[in-house]
Amino acid sequence: MRTISQRQAWTRAAMGAPLVVLLVLFLVYPVGQLLLLSVYGDNGFTLAQYRQLFASSVYLDVLLITLKISLATTLVCVVTGYPIAYLISVVGKERKATLLFWVLLSFWTSFLVRAFAWIVLLGRNGVINKLLLSLGIISSPASLLYNFGSVLVGMVNALLPLAVLTMLSVMENIDRNLPRAAATLGARPGMAFWKIYFPLSLPGVAAAGIMVFVTAIGFFIVPALLGGRRETMITQLIIDQVQQTMNWGFAGAIAVLLLVVVLIVFAAYDRLLGLSTMTGASAPRNAQPSRLSGPVVRTGDALLTLLGAVSDGILRLLPSRRRGRNPDQAGLGLQAFVWTMLLIISAPTILMIPLSFGSGGLNWPPQGFTLHWYETVLNSPLWTQAMLRSLLVGIGTGLLAMLIGTPAAFLLVRSDIRGKAAWLAFILSPIVVPRMIIAVGLFYVFARMGLVGSAVGLVLGHTVVAVPYVVMTMMAVLRNYDTRLDQAAQSLGARPFATLRYVTFPILGAGMMSSFLFAFATSFDELTIALFATGGLNATLPKQFWDEVTLQVSPSIAAVSTCLFVFMGLLIFVAERLRRRAAAR
Amino acid sequence: MVSSSLCIRELSKRYGDFVALAPTSLDVAKGEFLTLLGPSGSGKTTLLSLIAGLADPDEGQILIDDADVTHSPAYARDIGVVFQNYALFPHMTIEDNIAFPLKMRRVSDAEARRRTAEALETVRLPHVAKRYPRELSGGQQQRIALARCIVYRPAIILMDEPLGALDKKLRDQMQLEIKRIHRELGTTIVYVTHDQEEAMTMSDRICLMNAGAIEQLGTPQDLYFRPRSVFVADFLGESNLLSATVRGVDGEQLDIVLAEQLAASRAVGNGSRFAAGEPIKVMVRPQNLVVGEGGQLSGRLTDVMISGSLTRLYIAPETAGLPQLVAAHPTRSGSAPYEIGQRLSLGWHAADAVAIHEGKGS
Repeated sequence: MRTISQRQAWTRAAMGAPLVVLLVLFLVYPVGQLLLLSVYGDNGFTLAQYRQLFASSVYLDVLLITLKISLATTLVCVVTGYPIAYLISVVGKERKATLLFWVLLSFWTSFLVRAFAWIVLLGRNGVINKLLLSLGIISSPASLLYNFGSVLVGMVNALLPLAVLTMLSVMENIDRNLPRAAATLGARPGMAFWKIYFPLSLPGVAAAGIMVFVTAIGFFIVPALLGGRRETMITQLIIDQVQQTMNWGFAGAIAVLLLVVVLIVFAAYDRLLGLSTMTGASAPRNAQPSRLSGPVVRTGDALLTLLGAVSDGILRLLPSRRRGRNPDQAGLGLQAFVWTMLLIISAPTILMIPLSFGSGGLNWPPQGFTLHWYETVLNSPLWTQAMLRSLLVGIGTGLLAMLIGTPAAFLLVRSDIRGKAAWLAFILSPIVVPRMIIAVGLFYVFARMGLVGSAVGLVLGHTVVAVPYVVMTMMAVLRNYDTRLDQAAQSLGARPFATLRYVTFPILGAGMMSSFLFAFATSFDELTIALFATGGLNATLPKQFWDEVTLQVSPSIAAVSTCLFVFMGLLIFVAERLRRRAAAR
Repeated sequence: MVSSSLCIRELSKRYGDFVALAPTSLDVAKGEFLTLLGPSGSGKTTLLSLIAGLADPDEGQILIDDADVTHSPAYARDIGVVFQNYALFPHMTIEDNIAFPLKMRRVSDAEARRRTAEALETVRLPHVAKRYPRELSGGQQQRIALARCIVYRPAIILMDEPLGALDKKLRDQMQLEIKRIHRELGTTIVYVTHDQEEAMTMSDRICLMNAGAIEQLGTPQDLYFRPRSVFVADFLGESNLLSATVRGVDGEQLDIVLAEQLAASRAVGNGSRFAAGEPIKVMVRPQNLVVGEGGQLSGRLTDVMISGSLTRLYIAPETAGLPQLVAAHPTRSGSAPYEIGQRLSLGWHAADAVAIHEGKGS
């Protein structure tokens, strides 16, 4: 280690401290409080809450259901997401932008909006029932809602974009020449895919799997809106405990259970593959030799060879197409599959648009044309205030997260501080800890600080969950930034501040703007923390949406959905424009 | 070792409106080392991809030993490709990388092990078998890519700028290595590069490409001393190109008039037909431009550059309409130093002045 001057040490502390303070006060402390509450009763230490938790099979059953739904979701997301990510990674620039737009649009459309759309779509008078009736497949409307199937559809719709984007980040780093090299060395397409491409894409598959699983396990919107009693998930129990019985201790005990499961998943992942593969830094080029032992590797290799041989056997049975052998050209079957999947995840929200202008309620097909539902929303002080508040909190969160996250990102990229990996893990922990646990913990702490129902509390809470994204985005931007430009500026006589002002920030501008938008969007769409921290009054837009949707399904919600959808579409368009401008430099 | 001939007939490829390769024909003999040379975008990599089966031609035919392979897939062509960035499989050891083509051909394990070891011997890296590609230096990875290619004894080996990422010294060493392997194995090699020096030192023949078509095909000497076009003269080595007019043709010998000066001079043709009165360019290589008394031209010295073995003189001719000229001679110690601005007389032997058609050669 080189020695650093006293002044440098202070500067570093000043850059990192705000983020550490924020996370300690509004993540570590609240979550710790909640966990403590589970073992401290009025008479000191007690395990009563845990005895109650394991006394009947009710809670364990819920845990099993949660795991079952999460596993099924993960499996479907990874298997169907893989071809989508693959196609996006191999097509040309233009078509890639189109495909990515649809994935991103879905990714950024509120979970609430998408879940609500499925309620309408799968309802008794929804599109699907109407379609099945008109085709004569069924004679009376089937009940498609409130069962395992509808929850799975909703969950997959919610998390497929995440799976695609995670796998894509790995696939984009796979050298396109490798499958081509395999072809020249005598590998048929199936063999080239299974023996070369697939093993190289595995880190992406694993990362997508764990991201989807961990997110799914903490989900409550989809099971609450699309599931029946038998699809209750564990986070819904926590909500019940807090909102209905105010039983903090028991909520804490359930939170511990959830946290333990998540930690076990991460530990298993780390043992098998190593957590470092998750940061995306593991381009396949420096892929570590697997931590798996010899026999497992050999079995895997034999399996891949078999898969390759089988696929080639099947390919040989298909009529040979003269132009179909180019390894760079995606097959028609693949393209059809990908577009079908993208249609399935985008269509529900798009179908909301005609319904929101229809006068016939939410029944398909839409009838007439009216702006009534939009008027209702705009004339309702509840909705307009919620919109205003969400904008305000979103901008506040964006600014605060930038202010705190950017210096920390500088620190992590530019200086060699000790224990960098540990710091990074700490900063990213708000993504890993189930949102519900943070939300309940914050509610408890805010209640004692008098912050419930205040915009300040919301901004602080949202900043905690948004700041990891800001730090990650800024770190990526800073890594691509050529520090010699700073040195050049300084050699030309610019002092540190002038260097930042005239050289560094103007160049990083687009990257900073897009990470601001990321933080804004995270807050704008945040429901879990808002569910509690708004305290019943002063709802944000997602909270207002949630309240309405759980009360009744009305066409005015379709109007709000449409507005949110268009707003998010514009936001992605702007963010993507900025990103491209930054990349073009 | 087996080696095959390659025959390309009227092969073409377009990407939308862009003509990557105009209809092109080319024959490569058994055991020949042929280089596709050209600037980026000249179509050399497109041609290589078409031969390898990594892209589909729009028209034309590819024959290997008279068998039509135009539409057979890459894996069935028995062609080896050494890629620009080596394309070693990062998740396999060096050994597994080299054994991969053998496994694809269902060679027995014992035989595969034997031949892998042999290939590693050939590229002189027997000790790296158990390592991963990322643990090797660029030059070592390059040799492994070569070993992976020769291990299954393909009929033809294609190399796409294989030395592009190496530094100069390593590049020179690898050039010798590739030549040695070519000599030992006798394989037909098609080599792509944009480095004219590399092309000159390594090839039996050079196929110089420009804008999706073959500009000239011949031995390095042909291209260097008898360029068919201004482009060829310019691309291979340094050259002085002077405008001139043909006055008379006598077989290979031409009577010419230089620029606007009515000084008569002589030149040799480059193999194509010239007509009296035709405006042409005359090429004189810098080392053939002799500084001394009684030359055809005179000019003033504007710059002197000594690059080790060669001394280059930059001269502004006094005749209007002529560009700056370069003369080069071996650096001699103890000779009288040049003075900038000094007046020099320049001359050349008629045999060293080569006539070239204006514009594109025919």
